Amino acid sequence: MTSATLHLPTPLRAFCDGHDTITLEGATVGELLRALEREHPLMAGRILDDAGQVRRFVNVFVDGENARAKGGVDAGVADGAELTIVPAVAGGAPRADERRA
Amino acid sequence: MSASRERLDALRRALGEVEPRAAAGDADGVVLDVREPDEVEQGSPTGAVRVPKSFLELRVEEVLPDRARPVYVLCAGGVRSLFATESLRALGYERAVSVAGGFARWKADGLPFEVPRVLDASARARYGRQVILPEVGEAGQLRLAESRVVLVGAGGLGSPAALYLAAAGVGELVIVDDDLVDRSNLQRQVLHADARVGRPKAESARETLAALNPSVRVDARVERLGLDNVESILAGADAVLDGTDNFATRYLVNDACVRLGVPNVHGAIFRFEGQVSVFDPARERGVAPCYRCLYPEPPPPELAPSCAEAGVLGVLPGVIGCLQATEAIKLLLGVGEPLVGRLLHYDALKQRFKELSFAADPACTHCAPGAAPELEFVDAAACSLGAGA
Repeated sequence: MTSATLHLPTPLRAFCDGHDTITLEGATVGELLRALEREHPLMAGRILDDAGQVRRFVNVFVDGENARAKGGVDAGVADGAELTIVPAVAGGAPRADERRA
Repeated sequence: MSASRERLDALRRALGEVEPRAAAGDADGVVLDVREPDEVEQGSPTGAVRVPKSFLELRVEEVLPDRARPVYVLCAGGVRSLFATESLRALGYERAVSVAGGFARWKADGLPFEVPRVLDASARARYGRQVILPEVGEAGQLRLAESRVVLVGAGGLGSPAALYLAAAGVGELVIVDDDLVDRSNLQRQVLHADARVGRPKAESARETLAALNPSVRVDARVERLGLDNVESILAGADAVLDGTDNFATRYLVNDACVRLGVPNVHGAIFRFEGQVSVFDPARERGVAPCYRCLYPEPPPPELAPSCAEAGVLGVLPGVIGCLQATEAIKLLLGVGEPLVGRLLHYDALKQRFKELSFAADPACTHCAPGAAPELEFVDAAACSLGAGA
């Protein structure tokens, strides 16, 4: 069985018991992300949308290459691959006026 | 006869000399002006290569790689050029020859000369350590001085970036920020100061940058970027540095940069992690991606946390903002490999950088060949996904 290591971004670690990396079994990006959801149910809907596709503000890189151009959830994953999940990040800390509001 | 006179005569006999008119008439040759910068700025033969005699041995191979080419060595009166010619011959420039009478004879003979754009003495002293880099040089430094960079945000990312861009001698910095300095900013926004709490950040930035480098023009714009002003502010920029704190402005900056054909140096941070990339689809439409190729849509509010929960290690925007400044300077100079189609991801806790590659989206609504949408405001949640839900 093929397994791969997922590197999780800071904003999502709260939904996987604080893990920053998780090794799971799966031969495609979709299989691995669904395995992640099964193991950590709070992750459901955070990377994959209702249709099972990677959300459009999240990128999954397989060994450093964006999976979106390689079939998205159908992109194949070699045994021992590293998946890096990178969400859009807006920026810095809140503006003072927004924080006070 | 003095020893130096004897030596000069010996050199003249051994190396020969050429009349200025003959040097000017040789289309295959090159005139090498070895005078000091303060002499050259008064005028120099048109098209000459200029290397001061004091740096000749160190730099000549970079500027004149072809040693078989005729080199006409010129100084003010034809003396220093003899010594320079001797050095050049020793370096293998067998067709190097001194121009008799130097630049004084060149002008007297009515040959063409120009007043080259050169750095003044103050600029040479200030930027010497980078001008000496072959990738920068005097031409690169002049290019920086003629450049205009727009910094969107004078916060955590914009602070270090603006400091280094000003220090490097970028001619004009436009700082766009409508926020006021708050004491809680000072943990990371190193452009500002405790005494300026309550004042507009853009003005505080101008004050700091003017103190660092008075030769840089700083245009402080105390306004929020919106549909009404984004194109007028970004137009004419050689690079835009996105250091904003919200998705709406990021999409606005991206879309305006795509329309204007201006490279967008992107940086974003969250807690201990940062991202840097260069979005420059004008470089090659359909190949070089934009922000929307990477993130076609912002996260919906239900997947975004409140900003107050985000937090950030103060030095993190220092690292990311400095990387943005590095990319901007490279773009202005046209050197190196910009982070086009590459996202540099930084994890401060693990002290690890990852390079992630991504392509232009052939279906991108904004930068795909032929796409030319009107600017629109993207209503989006402020921070990022996940943490605060």
